[in-house]
Amino acid sequence: MIENIRELLKAHEGLRREVYLDIENSSIIPKEVVDTMLPYFNQHAYGNPTLTHKPGWEAYEAIMKASQEIAMFSGCKTLEEVNFTPGETEANNLALMGTAFSMTGEGKKIVISEIEPLSVLHVANLLQKHGFTVVKVPVNEEGLINLEKLRETVDKETILVSLSTVNHEIGTIEPVKEALEIVKDKNPKTIFHTDASDAYGKTAFNMKDLNVDLATISSYKILGPRGTAALCVKEGVTIKRIIEGQIGTQKLWPGIENTPLIVGFAKASELAFHNFEENVNHMRRLRDKLIDGVTAKISDVKLNGPENDRRAPDNVNISFLKCEGEALTIELSLNGVYVSSGSACTRRLLQPSHVLVAIGRKFALAHGSILMKVTRYHTEEDVDYVLEVILKAVGRIRGIVGSVEVDSHV
Amino acid sequence: MSRTPLPYNRKILELFRNPKNLGKMEDATVTAVAGNPSCGDMIIFYLKINDEEVIEKASFESYGCAANIATSSIVTEMIKGMNIKDAWKTSWKSVVEAVGGLPSVKFHCGILAVGALKRAIRIYYEKREVSPGWLPKELTFEEKQALEEEELAKILSNRMKDEGEK
Ligand code: FES
Repeated sequence: MIENIRELLKAHEGLRREVYLDIENSSIIPKEVVDTMLPYFNQHAYGNPTLTHKPGWEAYEAIMKASQEIAMFSGCKTLEEVNFTPGETEANNLALMGTAFSMTGEGKKIVISEIEPLSVLHVANLLQKHGFTVVKVPVNEEGLINLEKLRETVDKETILVSLSTVNHEIGTIEPVKEALEIVKDKNPKTIFHTDASDAYGKTAFNMKDLNVDLATISSYKILGPRGTAALCVKEGVTIKRIIEGQIGTQKLWPGIENTPLIVGFAKASELAFHNFEENVNHMRRLRDKLIDGVTAKISDVKLNGPENDRRAPDNVNISFLKCEGEALTIELSLNGVYVSSGSACTRRLLQPSHVLVAIGRKFALAHGSILMKVTRYHTEEDVDYVLEVILKAVGRIRGIVGSVEVDSHV
Repeated sequence: MSRTPLPYNRKILELFRNPKNLGKMEDATVTAVAGNPSCGDMIIFYLKINDEEVIEKASFESYGCAANIATSSIVTEMIKGMNIKDAWKTSWKSVVEAVGGLPSVKFHCGILAVGALKRAIRIYYEKREVSPGWLPKELTFEEKQALEEEELAKILSNRMKDEGEK
């Protein structure tokens, strides 16, 4: 197996340029963030922040400072509202299960949208197995939640609603504010959670303005290190821990804090919010250049998700008809362009992306879908290169498909 | 979006980059399709068979993943120049072996390729209305699997349609 991987890597030698666009699945960390983290591994603040010695106190100070900064950028009232977890997956698990565990006697209904990330969807399914009722509210073909259906669904039994601020796959900016009003109007006790991982640092997301109860924000999605994220919990809202152990500085997540990563998360936040408007405009420009370039140069393509201001500034998700996505990702990789696909062939269970299915994409369109996210570090030249490579790659893969009849209507 | 790590080996990579016997064959004696046209993972096999029942040429087209492309390609290589009876003996296991192994989630792609070959051979005899003694009446494993996959794909696409209409 490892031999095969080595061969695959060798096949990539001599690339003219490399462009990493798979920010959905992991990120490349800017040097400034790495440099900020490094001393915390072995020179400074390497102690346990709850213990009574200098390296411990240093760690305590570093974590509090990071909390303070992230509280400021995310619009939390106090640093106590920021609860670090080891990742976005863990934060979403905490939001859902922690709410379910704490609302005993209040009801058993959990409402999510059909296009939530798996760390929400699968947890909801798990809770369903344990006696909760889960309702998945449909979305329209741009991925916008059906607010009428949401209004019909939320009732006195509803303990939790979870709706992403920005959809992770198709970049739809959801009407979270309206959804929240509807939910609180129907049942003021219902806890409202939003996974804001694709919104924080890229859109106007802000805890104070939005006034949701719980929000997940992620480090790697703003080019910070993996292995850390936070669940913002509004003052006055209580949820239960879902794992137990030695409690440190983080009341909702036991275990020893990972100080360097938390410091990196704060630094990544600082960079994302420094020149925020400029960063976002830059991403938007590259996003549109990519979308326009593909649609102008390649036939039989379809953009997944909404356009312009209703779409996340970094998200590009395009379906290529008559093209299988896994083959396309490999072909692109061999040419230095790194992306992912919602094709069934890339999945363990050989079913296409649930998000694309929910917005009504037919199998043939889901089969040839490609997801890309641009960052403030990408350049016009990167996009030119990506367009050049995509054009060739789609041409080659479509050549293998040849005369196989692909029906886009089924 | 993709989650399964796929350590494709050198042989598969080579066949993916430079597939042998790719493309539609205008003068094919027989053409067979396997997989579901509406749901992807579909291949077409073209065979040119001479009067001595020898496969002179074989080619393919694939709407599938890299493993599907590679296994289809290797099958066409393996059977070129064989007589039909020997070509029939091709099993998906021998194909997986010929490409130097496949990740297990990708076995079905190789099975589909062999299913297409066997279907082509059956069609050849059906057209000639002969049935040689060595050709089993019952479907082989690969043909059954191809059928199953087609059914599964239909169910999936129907379910997607239903959900789309909700
Ligand atoms: S053809 Fe879909 S997994 Fe191989």
